[in-house]
Amino acid sequence: MTASTASSGWRQPSILPGLGLSLGITLTALSLVVLIPLAALFIKAASAGPAEIWAIATSPRTLAALRLSFLGALLAAAVNAVFGLILAWVLVRYDFPGKRLVDAAVDLPFALPTAVAGIALAAIYAPNGWVGALLAPYGIKVAYTPLGVMVALIFVGLPFVVRMVQPVLEESQGDIEEAAALLGASRLRTIFKVILPPVLPALLTGFVLAFARAVGEYGSVIFIAGNVPMLSEIAPLLIVIKLEQFDYAGAAVIATLMLLMSFALILLVNLIQARTRKRLGDV
Amino acid sequence: MTVAVSIEGIDKRFQAFQALRSVSLDIQPGEFVALLGPSGSGKTTLLRLIAGLEQADAGRVLFGDVDTRDLSLRDRRIGFVFQHYALFKTMTVAENIAFGLRSRPRAERPDGAEIKRRVEALLELVQLPGLERRYPSQLSGGQRQRIALARALAIEPQVLLLDEPFGALDARIRKDLRAWLRDLHSRTGHTTVFVTHDQEEALELADRVAILHEGRLEQVGTPDDVYDHPATPFVCEFLGEANRLPVKIVGSQAFLDDRPVLGGLTQNQGGPAALYVRPHHLKLVDDVPLSIPGIVEELRRTGPLRRAEIAVSGLAKRLDLDLTSQVAPAIGERVRVKITHATAFATA
Repeated sequence: MTASTASSGWRQPSILPGLGLSLGITLTALSLVVLIPLAALFIKAASAGPAEIWAIATSPRTLAALRLSFLGALLAAAVNAVFGLILAWVLVRYDFPGKRLVDAAVDLPFALPTAVAGIALAAIYAPNGWVGALLAPYGIKVAYTPLGVMVALIFVGLPFVVRMVQPVLEESQGDIEEAAALLGASRLRTIFKVILPPVLPALLTGFVLAFARAVGEYGSVIFIAGNVPMLSEIAPLLIVIKLEQFDYAGAAVIATLMLLMSFALILLVNLIQARTRKRLGDV
Repeated sequence: MTVAVSIEGIDKRFQAFQALRSVSLDIQPGEFVALLGPSGSGKTTLLRLIAGLEQADAGRVLFGDVDTRDLSLRDRRIGFVFQHYALFKTMTVAENIAFGLRSRPRAERPDGAEIKRRVEALLELVQLPGLERRYPSQLSGGQRQRIALARALAIEPQVLLLDEPFGALDARIRKDLRAWLRDLHSRTGHTTVFVTHDQEEALELADRVAILHEGRLEQVGTPDDVYDHPATPFVCEFLGEANRLPVKIVGSQAFLDDRPVLGGLTQNQGGPAALYVRPHHLKLVDDVPLSIPGIVEELRRTGPLRRAEIAVSGLAKRLDLDLTSQVAPAIGERVRVKITHATAFATA
């Protein structure tokens, strides 16, 4: 009797059974796959001692790598947000021959081994590659520069924005646009006041996903970046280099820094997201 | 300001589908016209053509004397209400209503205080005062549709077009909104075109009903006109229920299986015809001339009346008959049925 009241004290009776079981399974899986490895990472990083952590974290090479990784990822995500939105718009709004092909091609960066993408990009953007040769006369070098890093990051992040935005555009298409036009709104006003605002939450989510992917990207970047320390060396590569030198603590410190920065950024965007989403019900 | 709308010989085709076939219709200033038809009859296409959201393959639409092809969507000044509201969900109710006014070129745009005043007045008009700061997602379906109407009225439209505005609402709210819309129309007096597939709604609301079928205008007339004097078999069957009797007309009499069932016909020349009889135009009678013998097979309740289904030899379908008296026959009873009123259409 007491046992039953005690158990129902914190748990609402529900017609859906299995809360305890499913919660247990998911928490166990989450711990094994995510939480415990991350905890191990913190412990490993802490083994270095405060002075050493500070030294590793503020070394110019680390800072340059982190700056490239985060700024590059942010920029790439921003570029993807713009072009992904346009691409999604085109795919939703217009019918043209080969549309299904383009639609399918958007997912390729998901499926392709990133190393393959990196090699392909490097080959094309190298000074003697198809695209690189066109840019070379203007003094623009893509491969083996930070610009190359950007190209690779844009490549891997593109599908996220498109796939997030596409269904929202599909859903809000038609009626509201016609309503705006009949109310006398200009096309620009229709786009910025009527069409884009409902898409914004999805666009932000796509941006975060593309950013998260780009920060962690390794395979495609190292082939096109050239990996010059202080110039085109990304943080994940620096971690691998430290590991190869058996500097486990150093690798863990940089990894922890990346983890914290990514987490803070994603949390921030999610908070903005929650604010905008609150008032957008289903209309 | 409200104008007359003239639709002249409109044709519209979507790929292989002929949506409208030479439709012409004149709508008086301030008139309330319902476009009625089953789905696929072209009624929404016609409404969108008037709005300028579709382009006709042939024919034209005039507002007063002005050909609408010369007008931009903005200059047409159309108040359009969509079936699924089409409210801007990222905007508050007030922003939604003010959208049309704020979209005007700077020179014609009212100032902030004036816009605020008008939004308040419109909310008052649609009987939802004080909802300015709500978002559409916080409103019920009926409220959303009234806000959509307020938004459409804000631009002081020449013509008000409503595309099945109550289609997404439940029966009770539909009825309430119907009466309210009728009242609103008599106060504001906009030329109004209203699309619906609900004949009851059309008959109750409109000054005139235009019935569309497979892209053709079957009949236009007042509710009494189209209900009492249907011009085609389709109108007869679509507006309310009707029994169809295959008869042969000789002289002024109609014969079912060589039995005379109705006399006094004038409009038909003779030959095979279809006789359409509404359930309340059938009466149970004693053995009198022109009565049809049958057997009661089913009794049902339909709202205020009771319905008898009567099998008649020579007819594949049972006759539906509305019982007016409290005394009902029993199932299996032999009865005689007399037609009090019918419409006959010659069949080929």
